[in-house]
This record gives sequence, structure tokens and C-alpha cells, in this order.
Amino acid sequence: MNARVHRCGEHAVLVELDRLEEVVALYDALAADPPPGVVDVVPAARTVLVRFEPPACRAAVESAVLAVRPAGGRGATSGEVVIPVVYDGDDLADVAGLTGLTEREVVAAHTGTPWTVAFCGFAPGFGYLIGGDPRLAVPRRPEARVRVPAGAVGLAGEFSGVYPRESPGGWQLIGRTETVVWDIAADPPALLRPGVRVRFTEAR
Amino acid sequence: MSEATVSAGGSEPRRALLVLAPGPLTTVQDLGRRRHGHLGVGRSGAADRGALRLANRLLANPEDAACLEVTLGGLQVRATGDLLVTLTGAPCPATVTDAGGRTRGIGHASVERLPDGATLRLGVPSRGLRTYLAVRGGIDVPKVLGSRATDLLSGLGPERPAPGSVLPVGPAPAGFPVADLAPVPVPESGVLLLGVIAGPRHDWFRPGALAALCAEPYEVTARSDRVGMRLHGPRLERARDGELPSEGMVPGALQVPPSGQPTLFLADHPVTGGYPVIAVLRDDDVDRAAQARPGQRIRFRVTGGRRSQK
Repeated sequence: MNARVHRCGEHAVLVELDRLEEVVALYDALAADPPPGVVDVVPAARTVLVRFEPPACRAAVESAVLAVRPAGGRGATSGEVVIPVVYDGDDLADVAGLTGLTEREVVAAHTGTPWTVAFCGFAPGFGYLIGGDPRLAVPRRPEARVRVPAGAVGLAGEFSGVYPRESPGGWQLIGRTETVVWDIAADPPALLRPGVRVRFTEAR
Repeated sequence: MSEATVSAGGSEPRRALLVLAPGPLTTVQDLGRRRHGHLGVGRSGAADRGALRLANRLLANPEDAACLEVTLGGLQVRATGDLLVTLTGAPCPATVTDAGGRTRGIGHASVERLPDGATLRLGVPSRGLRTYLAVRGGIDVPKVLGSRATDLLSGLGPERPAPGSVLPVGPAPAGFPVADLAPVPVPESGVLLLGVIAGPRHDWFRPGALAALCAEPYEVTARSDRVGMRLHGPRLERARDGELPSEGMVPGALQVPPSGQPTLFLADHPVTGGYPVIAVLRDDDVDRAAQARPGQRIRFRVTGGRRSQK
């Protein structure tokens, strides 16, 4: 693992890696056994932000991070969820056009391969899912929608995702689910946490 | 009212603050949410954390008790039950009118009584932007994900207080206040000098960019809020094109969009961002920046960033 550590203010370091898989592995290891003083570990596409508090010092956190030897593959502890989807999204035809698949083949591809949450961002509980069928890689919509409803299931780049609540959004929408992915009364509040495996099924 | 209280079992009515007017923007804040960044949940909390901590210390509250963060004054609240309060951060003219109609002025960073039925009114601060009103016992609204902070970006946390809002006050802590007032520096009104640490993405900019950042002051524009302050000043030129994959952000980050004009992130900043961060403010200076008013000027200087950079 080729990790570069960048200083990020007084109380954080940004660890940069070459591949998303390495990000996932480092996040897993840090989340399972956080170094002393670390209060937040935020994975993203190519980086892991590690925030700490005194009395922890940067040198100690940095060496602890660099000493991490991620285990190969995801641990079995993150869990798996099944999300039933009605595939009637406004962009389903466009996605079929962009991928060269039929609409039915898009559905088959989305449900055929399990996904894994790599990281969260954009909004509380918005998980970026990776590991799906590579034929589904599509660009974001040229213009974002002002209003995407909660439960909308979308694609963008190598990712799939479920909108946790109504918000603006630029992903290609292929369907919708009744599954609640964000509930502040639940513990944890997010269904799609880094490491969770996701299988989409077609709801009729 | 006392008869009703007696018939209800002899207990006092719950101590509370009744909001009469919130001013331009008042929110409930504490020190924010930790350990939820990986779920896309930001820290939020007081924009000037030092001022909130001081207010709580003056009242012998836990340092992270919830207070009201009042932007540009204008707040009016009435006490239910006898309360002990203090004001920190941006000093503003403040008066207490008791239930009998007598009005007196109260000081800044001093411990003041707000008797049952008394009204506290804040004027507009002459310096600084954010005033903290703490009450002994803390504002006791329900916690959301471990904090009572209102995150205006994600919408998490308690609703913004409005006229008629009742904010319950928690039980008084065991300790008692040991000081009547704290001698504190007031927010500066001239050019603010703020220390930054280079990185994490200063290598995305042309070699002279850090020098340009520090050469001339930046003006705080009106497009500034708890999420961040849009600054106007020397343009910071990128050395490379292309997209930066979104990465984790921290308060005090100076994020530079394609316009070359930096945004200084404050408490409600997005958890991740897709533009490179040229430098990050020192922690104490994030608090000072949060007191800068639109139109005020900021000058940066690079400190202590090189020593152990990799």
C-alpha cells in the first residue's frame, strides 16, 4: 500500500492512496481499531481523513496510520442488506442508451452483482456503492435536478446510491425503493455504512 | 400560576427560555457531533468554539453544554424560573428588564441573574459577529446523534428558535461559578491576521500561490454563513487542471474553486469537498475568523507547516 500523508491543519491528516480498494481496506482497519485520540475517520474516493484531538499528537497518529496493515478483503462484520427496487426511474431509458444495454439488461446488471458501500458523503447517510457490474458506469446527468425524492436509486461514474432524503441531485435515476436508508432515531442512523454489502432486488 | 404549580404537585415549573425575537439568526449550538463523519454527518457546533467554552466555564457548566449562538444580536428572551446567564463572543449592548418593568444594562462575559419573568434584550454588536448566550444548566433540547447543535447545511439538530419557542434549561451542575466575569479580548475590528498551515493540496497550485495568499488582505464577502466565508482577494492560480476526487474537509480549510477565490470553511462545512485546499487555519484562528463581519479584511500568514511535512 503506497500511502502519502498530507498535513491538514493542526488536528488532522489526509492519507492519500492509489485505489479505492486501498481506501476501503485502510478505513476498515482504522475503524476496527482506532489509534488513541482519533475521533473521526472519513473515507472518500482516494483518501482517508483522520481527525484527532489532544493529547494525541500528529506524529503519533501519523505513525499509527502508516503502521496499519489492512487485512485482505472486507471483514464479515459490516453486514449485508437487501434493497428491493421498483425500476421505473426517469433516466432508465437514458442509462440503457448510454450503456448499450436494454432497460431489462440494466435491471439485470444492477441486481446481478452485489455492491459494497465504500464511503458516505454529499448528505448524511448517502452511501457510495462500488463493486457492481462495470457495464453500468455512466456519467452524471448534464444538469442536476433541483428535487430528487428520498428513496431514488441512481448511478454516477462507478457508483450506485440511494438518496436518503429529498435533495437536489445529478445522478442518473433508475428506480426507487421504500427502504429507509437514513433514520436519526435508529442506531446507527445510516443503513448504508462503509463496508456494508448491498444486494438490489427487483420489486414488482 | 403558583396555584397551578402547587396543584400539579408542588414542583416549580420547568426552567426555560421563552424566545420573543430571534434576531437575524439564532441557533442552538454545543461543541458538535464527533465520530459520525464516516456516515456523511458533519461536526457542526459553535462557530467560535472558544467563546462557547468560556461561556460554559463562567457558569460552571460542562464545557460542551448547549448555548444560543446569536448572529448580529437582536435576540430577546424571557426567563421562566430564576436563571443565571452570561454572554461571550461578540460584545453587544444588553439589557435585563425584570417582571416589574425595571431595566438595567448587563456586562459582557459576566455572570448575571435573569430572574423569573425578566426579559433579556441584545442590541447589535459593534465588533464581531456571533454572541453566545449561555444559561446555567445548559439549553436542554433533545440531542440528535449525540449533540444539540443545529447543522444548517444538513438540517440535523434542533429547529431554529422562532418567536414563541420554549427552550428548556437543564438541571444546574454541581459546581458553582467561581468568577464574576472574565477579562477577554474582544473581536478585532480592523484587518484580522490569521495563521495557516500549508496543505493538504498546496501542490495543486502554482509555486507563487501560497505567497499570493499571504501577500494582500482578502475581504469577507456578504456570501458568508455558518458553512463558510467566501473571500475576495488575490486569485490563486492552479498548477494542474482536472478534478480532485472528493475528500474529507475540516473547519478552517481554505478551499479554492476554479474562480481562484478561496472559501474559508466554518462549523457547518460539507463533510467532503471536490476542490483543492491550499491551506488550513490554526484552530484558534478559526474562532477568530468566525467573528469576522462581511466587509472586514483578513490577512493570512503561513506558520509551522513545513517542519514535518511529508
